[in-house]
Amino acid sequence: MENIEPLLAQGIAAVEQAASTQDLDQVRVQYLGKKGHLTQLLKGLGQLSAEERPQAGALINEAKQALQDVLNARKDSLEGAALNARLAAETIDVTLPGRGQELGGLHPVTKTLERIEAFFANIGYSVAEGPEIEDDYHNFEALNIPAHHPARAMHDTFYFDAHTLLRTHTSPVQIRTLEEQKPPVRIICPGRVYRCDYDQTHSPMFHQVEGLLVDKNISFADLKGTLEQFLREFFEEDVKVRFRPSYFPFTEPSIEVDIDRGDGKWLEVLGCGMVHPKVFASVGIDPEEYTGFAFGMGVERLAMLRYGVNDLRLFFENDLRFLGQFN
Amino acid sequence: MKFSEQWLRELVNPAIDTDTLVAQITMAGLEVDEVVPVAGAFSGVIVGEILSAEPHPNADKLQVCVVSDGHEQIQVVCGAPNARAGLKTSFAKVGAVLPGDFKIKKAKLRQVESFGMLCAEDELGLSQDHGGIMELAADAPVGHCLRDYLGLNDKIIDVDLTPNRGDCLSITGLAREVGVLNKVAVKFVEPAPVEPVIKDAFAVVLEAKAACPRYVGRVIRRINPQAVTPLWMVEKLRRAGVRSIDPVVDVTNYVLQELGQPMHAFDLARLSGSILVREAQDGEKLTLLDGQDIELKAGTLLITDEKGPLAMAGIMGGQSSSVTSETRDIFLESAFFAPLAIAGRARSYGLHTDSSHRFERGVDWRLQRKAIERATELLLEIVGGEPGPVTEVKSEENLPEVARIRLRHARVNQLLAFDMPAAEIEEILTRLGLQLNASEAGVWDVSVPSYRFDIEIEVDLIEELARVYGYNNLPVKTPMAALPIKPIVESRVETRVMRRTLVALGYQEAITYSFIEAGLQKQFDDQYDAIALANPISAEMAVMRTSLWPGLAKALQYNQNRQQDRVRLFESGQRFLPQGGELVQENVIAGVIAGSREPEGWTGKAQKVDFYDLKGHVESLLALGGAAQQYSFASASHVALHPGQSAAILRDGEVVGFMGALHPNLIKSLDLDGPVYLFELKLEILADGRLPRFSELSKFPESRRDLALIVDEKTAFDALRKVALKEGGDYLKEVTLFDVYQGQGIEAGRKSLAIGLTWQHPSRTLNDEEINGTIQAVVGALKSGFGATLRE
Repeated sequence: MENIEPLLAQGIAAVEQAASTQDLDQVRVQYLGKKGHLTQLLKGLGQLSAEERPQAGALINEAKQALQDVLNARKDSLEGAALNARLAAETIDVTLPGRGQELGGLHPVTKTLERIEAFFANIGYSVAEGPEIEDDYHNFEALNIPAHHPARAMHDTFYFDAHTLLRTHTSPVQIRTLEEQKPPVRIICPGRVYRCDYDQTHSPMFHQVEGLLVDKNISFADLKGTLEQFLREFFEEDVKVRFRPSYFPFTEPSIEVDIDRGDGKWLEVLGCGMVHPKVFASVGIDPEEYTGFAFGMGVERLAMLRYGVNDLRLFFENDLRFLGQFN
Repeated sequence: MKFSEQWLRELVNPAIDTDTLVAQITMAGLEVDEVVPVAGAFSGVIVGEILSAEPHPNADKLQVCVVSDGHEQIQVVCGAPNARAGLKTSFAKVGAVLPGDFKIKKAKLRQVESFGMLCAEDELGLSQDHGGIMELAADAPVGHCLRDYLGLNDKIIDVDLTPNRGDCLSITGLAREVGVLNKVAVKFVEPAPVEPVIKDAFAVVLEAKAACPRYVGRVIRRINPQAVTPLWMVEKLRRAGVRSIDPVVDVTNYVLQELGQPMHAFDLARLSGSILVREAQDGEKLTLLDGQDIELKAGTLLITDEKGPLAMAGIMGGQSSSVTSETRDIFLESAFFAPLAIAGRARSYGLHTDSSHRFERGVDWRLQRKAIERATELLLEIVGGEPGPVTEVKSEENLPEVARIRLRHARVNQLLAFDMPAAEIEEILTRLGLQLNASEAGVWDVSVPSYRFDIEIEVDLIEELARVYGYNNLPVKTPMAALPIKPIVESRVETRVMRRTLVALGYQEAITYSFIEAGLQKQFDDQYDAIALANPISAEMAVMRTSLWPGLAKALQYNQNRQQDRVRLFESGQRFLPQGGELVQENVIAGVIAGSREPEGWTGKAQKVDFYDLKGHVESLLALGGAAQQYSFASASHVALHPGQSAAILRDGEVVGFMGALHPNLIKSLDLDGPVYLFELKLEILADGRLPRFSELSKFPESRRDLALIVDEKTAFDALRKVALKEGGDYLKEVTLFDVYQGQGIEAGRKSLAIGLTWQHPSRTLNDEEINGTIQAVVGALKSGFGATLRE
């Protein structure tokens, strides 16, 4: 059994010289196969004495195991190298642009509208919509703006005939809702509105969101709280908010709300007030039992302030270079 | 309304500066728009007197003047045509500084030395007037500082009054408000009655008693036609934005600014008979003060005499009876016209005057006599004359009543969420001129003064309390409410989901105008006659759209003109369809695509979009509600679309929209880069989806067979598909199209359609015989129905 050592050494050398997994498999057959050199040694055990046999057998098995270990290690190493070579060959330029479509985007007015809707939906308001071509009654009369009321001059109205017009605010939706629904009512009315006025700061068409809350015991303090919180959350800033007396025929008291975003300048952002008893009367609600507040805001104005847009007209030019900035 | 701060302070002078005053009245609801100094920043300008003015030896348009500053005689070269000996004017001496930091130095003009400058109003920032150098009064003190003489250290405050505050359209009204806010007393103008010197009166008859319940008049004879309006009055008027005209008119304008009572002065010599206040008849004519000839409409309130209309009551006087430089005797009018008699009338004639502005909003109905006494007092001071007695004609029952309102303390507290002390309530309302009577515990009976037309009901009083107390001093809380769960209809597709689907397909959202140009509208829709605005802002915005396509096409054009080749735009909004006598306003969602299928890239050759790109997008939208199988497409014709590439979109057989290629004629007329594809769908239909319904999954394998069919090229695949589905038996699950081919190997005029049919049985495996049987049925039906042959 003196040739175990050299045989093992030969085997190890052969393993190390194997350049591929196929070569390696040949080495395995040559040494460890049924007729392999080391396996053959086991067959020669019969020629040994009973005392020598166990020791010699153990030695042969040790050698076989040692060669097998070397073989396995070599196999792992060869396979790893092959995989690395393949991976290297498959390398691509990951900085090339991706294939296919790019996302479009929402109009900044829609983004702003949806954001406003979300705030009020979270506190239980529903969205109500209505026609854009309205009648004089819903746009004016029912809102305590009779014919020839000087406040009509505040609304430069587009008319179709003496009784039909393009709504100048979304307040008629409030009337239409109150005609159908008994309090408590919590709605917001988003939509397009129209005024006969066109320059850098006025568009003949723009968007408004109006809100209405009618319930028992609603006070001026509730109105202040709702709008103050809304404005802070909308701008995600601790804006200063002030409430300034104003006049709308459909609210009493009436208020304009200004904000200061830290530069000391007050900017008017919305109008609001407590629902006028005459408005309640026109929809058959008892103003002694119920009170409520209403508010209205210009969506473009809020979008301009939030995104820093400096020209109102950009919203309706639909220039992709402008629209794309809000994606 | 513009007013001089100094004038206000003559009546009420709280110890606060201009900024504080402005902030204070703004926060009381009298919003200040602008504060501007009465004059520009200048110094060293005095009252000068031109002693002589001689032609310049070397220039036609210049004069060489000798000007006195009260001590010396100074030579000044001046280009103003009104420079003349004896004129007192503004004189900037060497060393003076004019607005814009312009320093006056010694100069030589065409070889003649000049030591200073004579100034026009614009050069001192007093007005835009550059008509000549200033003409100061003959008694102006020569050498006196011009700023002091004209009281120019003053500011003009422009307050934007809301229509409810007609009571603040005068210095008196503003002073009252400032007095309340600062809790200081106001020195109201209280003219003493002027004793008549003559007995002359002019008769007044009220026919339209409801429209004119009070008319106060007075004759003044023998006024001095040479008199001029004193500087202080001219300046106060100027600062209120009113131009000085002549002393009589200036006095009426002054009283308007001071007390808020519009007045009118007639030339007595041109009146005949008596004054009759009545409504106009259709077609009567009147030439107004500004020279306009007006054909009157029935219902317009008039001041007339025996010969006809003299003035449009409360709006504007007439030319023929107006005061002129010849006038010696005048008749003053100070009347109360009811707001409803004036409201809207001026506007219906395209007029808006200081007078109509005030009467529409409500003039104090107890002010007329006081105003005429004040005007008389001022006239006697300025133009002299002999006043007659005051004539007052009134209709007591038509005068407004003093409103009496019950004010409940508990209601104040409830509405303001705050316990306002009774003493505070009484103090605020009393200062505003209201009278309070505590009739029962916690209740006041409040009488409203005649100048507050805006206070009618309890909540109006609560507003006054809140306003004066300060909105920002009132408490803040958030509403408490029951919170029922709001319904959510699961099958409904929200618009926001549709929008996001299109965004994911690369669309950018657009918002286009709802009113468009009539011609463009017609090009896109020959079915509906779009309704037109009576007062459009321009021809481009004249009729209400019946489709979103014209707006989207214009937006496409706008972008293509700016080198944007690949455009995908969508919009959702209302369209306006006149259907019979009804107007249908419905929401639609529409889109337009043009340019390459994919953004420019490196992965393949750019291909232009086609009909089927758009159809894929439309199908994505239709699939949102889970009811895609209810929709179908059918070849259709539409005026805006290519006749061979247009489809009606149907739901259960009813047309709910259109899609297709924009007609080449429109591409040409809009100068677009085609092809362009458009769709429009009714939003309400799209929103109405289907609630998912589970059906058992089959455990048995599917079987699929593919067929290559050759049919006429005009055969619609969908028709073929429907027949295949019908003939394929109950277990045919799906018919898919995986190839369409025309060309080599296929006869001209025919096309090859490769379709895959998939069967599955819910409870067993289908055998070949069964499937082959159904395939033969399908092929047979397609042969007989479409002349289809199997491709070899």
